[in-house]
Amino acid sequence: MKLSFSPEDEQFREEVASWLRENLRGEFEPIRFRGGPGDEHSFVEERKAWEQKLAEGGWTCIGWPKQYGGRGASIEQQVIFNEEYARAGGPGRIGHIGETLTGPTLIAFGSEAQKERYLPGIRAGKEFWCQGYSEPSAGSDLANVKSKARFDEASGKWILNGQKVWTSLAHESQYCFVIARTDPESKAHKGLGFFLVAMDQPGVTIRPIEQLTGTSEFNEVFFDDAECAADDIVGEPGEGWKVAMGLLGFERGVSTLGQQMLFQNELDEIVRVAKANGAARDPALRQRIAEAHIGLRIMRFNSMRMLSGGEDGSLQKEAMIYKLYWSSWHRNLGKLAMDVMGAESEIVPEAPYELGRLQSMYLFTRADTIYGGTNQIQRNIIAERALGMPREPRG
Amino acid sequence: MEFRFTDEQVMIRDTAEAFLKEVSTSEAVREAMVTERGYDQALWQQISQEMMWPALHIPEEFGGLGLGFVELAATLEQMGRTLLCAPFLSTVGFGVNALLVAGSETQKQTYLGQIAEGKTATLAFMAPGSRPDARAVQVTCAADGDGFVLNGEYRYVLDGHTADILVLAAREAGSEGEQGISLFVLPADTAGVSREWLPTVDQTRKQASITLQDVKLPADALMGEAGQAWPALAKILDLATVAVAAEQVGVAQESLDSSVAYTMERVQFGRTIASYQAIKHKAADMMLKVEAGRSAAYYAACVADEALANNPLGEGLAEAASIAKAYCSEAAFFNAGCGIQLHGGVGITSEYDIQLYFKRAKSSETLLGDAAWHRERLARQLLDGDAA
Ligand SMILES: Cc1cc2nc3c(=O)[nH]c(=O)nc-3n(C[C@H](O)[C@H](O)[C@H](O)COP(=O)(O)OP(=O)(O)OC[C@H]3O[C@@H](n4cnc5c(N)ncnc54)[C@H](O)[C@@H]3O)c2cc1C
Repeated sequence: MKLSFSPEDEQFREEVASWLRENLRGEFEPIRFRGGPGDEHSFVEERKAWEQKLAEGGWTCIGWPKQYGGRGASIEQQVIFNEEYARAGGPGRIGHIGETLTGPTLIAFGSEAQKERYLPGIRAGKEFWCQGYSEPSAGSDLANVKSKARFDEASGKWILNGQKVWTSLAHESQYCFVIARTDPESKAHKGLGFFLVAMDQPGVTIRPIEQLTGTSEFNEVFFDDAECAADDIVGEPGEGWKVAMGLLGFERGVSTLGQQMLFQNELDEIVRVAKANGAARDPALRQRIAEAHIGLRIMRFNSMRMLSGGEDGSLQKEAMIYKLYWSSWHRNLGKLAMDVMGAESEIVPEAPYELGRLQSMYLFTRADTIYGGTNQIQRNIIAERALGMPREPRG
Repeated sequence: MEFRFTDEQVMIRDTAEAFLKEVSTSEAVREAMVTERGYDQALWQQISQEMMWPALHIPEEFGGLGLGFVELAATLEQMGRTLLCAPFLSTVGFGVNALLVAGSETQKQTYLGQIAEGKTATLAFMAPGSRPDARAVQVTCAADGDGFVLNGEYRYVLDGHTADILVLAAREAGSEGEQGISLFVLPADTAGVSREWLPTVDQTRKQASITLQDVKLPADALMGEAGQAWPALAKILDLATVAVAAEQVGVAQESLDSSVAYTMERVQFGRTIASYQAIKHKAADMMLKVEAGRSAAYYAACVADEALANNPLGEGLAEAASIAKAYCSEAAFFNAGCGIQLHGGVGITSEYDIQLYFKRAKSSETLLGDAAWHRERLARQLLDGDAA
């Protein structure tokens, strides 16, 4: 075990930090610390421009292999990049779904043609993606998707029908990856296909859903004879589940370390408030602030373990607890923020419902324990896969 | 950055696991814990002479194996898992670390050599009713010719009634807080030292009181400079704290494992109770605690290594120790407590081992500061700097 980074890595850190110092300013100053979960609606155009700026500097998709436009950055370097990015107040990445989900999935399972067609747009910070998994009847039970894909011999295209829901950033995306049934008679995880679908077409309707924050970053997406080219299916018809699950593996990747820096920024803000308003002298709040600090530090140690281990790619135990750990921690942080603010926590900065950063964080952290596999589903997974306890009975 | 065991560390962990499974069985623990001594001397001989564990992180020049704190933590974790009854934490967590941090070359030569050969040691610093900070040091020391004379009483001294070597903290009369503290090392049979076993709730770890009546010590018993020992003592306590946290990970792990095993056997309403989601989810929460605690303990062990080598990363020792101890204390207690619940009625019997883990979890939580105490220590660092 060794804690220090190599001199080369430290040099890389300096390179990242100085690029950010020089570029994340001027026209981009207002978007520092903005965007991300709970704040996706803000500065969208500026943040899209920022994606291209990042791309020009060669700072998108750095973990991808060089042949696909990445830097082939080591895990350590990706950790460093994410840390420095968040430390500098880098805005929430509109391109993160394409970079961390679509890209790795295509690199692992896609055809050469698909890689050539889709990777450059993601790499350039110009084409944005969303994730079309959940449906009204397929939430935790993801394999219960009802959307259908039928291959139309006449046009040589896949025709999609059905409804997706909770599709984050669909309204800002050119593409969506969708799981849909290729075999209409099939059930559960059999008979699914994984499709790359263009959003800008007559067969696709996007309807925003307003969230408890009053803003909307997720949507309902309807497919009514939406079209998808014959070679825009990843893997074979029937292999969709395998591809979809492979993708969920990428979800637990290195971006979590950048997320931790955002959490650190939030905790720092809470500490500032506590010192300013006297909450820092309240023994009970002191305990909770220290507990939050402990929890965040351990989150980092845990992900260092996660990223150092499992050369064979198998899911380590520390990786299995990761989602449950961070979501619970962050949800508690939201409550702590309000408690530290005290009576002021109720007062909204601007009418009608323009929430402050910590207020919006507080409300939106309730989503953390739901999306990406709820806490209950995480516990089922841990109990069954890590502890070998009996599987849930299925209806 | 490489935050995982090397092959050698894996081997050390596996060896410890296999050996302890063999020797620290439930029967062995129960036999040892009801004695006043608290451990089997033949087993200690084996531990020190065959396994050479007390010598693990003693440098080779002093007769040790020259390994690091991570190897030590890996071994301690397995000791916690099997509730090993032995004066290991006292001898190594306190004694060896005290000598490494504060001992002169001669003191290290003498005492570390003895420890490597099987002698035991401990550290005494706490006055009755005190908490583990500088104010705990109440025994007084005064100059006496070339040497010193010590008077007063210590309580809560781990294995204090059996240790061969004592490290003692004392203060100049009239001094306060972190000022005026000195450390001494001496053979336990020094005249004027009287020691008494204190029976404990957790019978697997022994405590004693030590009373000093005009104990005369030669000048060369002093560790470091007279009156200046607080930074060294603080560091020793932090190192010992990391050692306790590593042990707690083992306690938490075994509480989980034995409870899951029990629920997979026990049938109610026609199915194993492990198939009920309320049980599964509790077990999942327990696993989260163990794994997060393990990350914290091993991080702290890495920092402890840096601190022993006086490297810059070692400056984070106090913080890392508090993080590990706060979290692992609660993890071990949570898991042992939930463990009793998952066992149902048998969890309340003395026959099942889960109660022993529950007791160890509590005694370890109290030892060197409970979770709230360490959180407050961190809060001071986070919140009491210059006001924003
Ligand atoms: C902010 C946000 C963004 C999202 N973005 C996307 C996106 O971009 N793309 C996408 O495809 N999806 C997205 N989702 C959807 C998300 O993945 C689902 O909400 C989630 O999987 C839960 O499904 P559900 O909402 O249908 O809840 P349900 O599955 O109906 O769950 C309701 C409750 O029942 C519990 N429950 C369900 N099954 C079990 C069980 N077997 N055992 C115990 N308890 C159970 C759940 O834990 C939960 O508490 C997003 C969700 C949110 C909140």
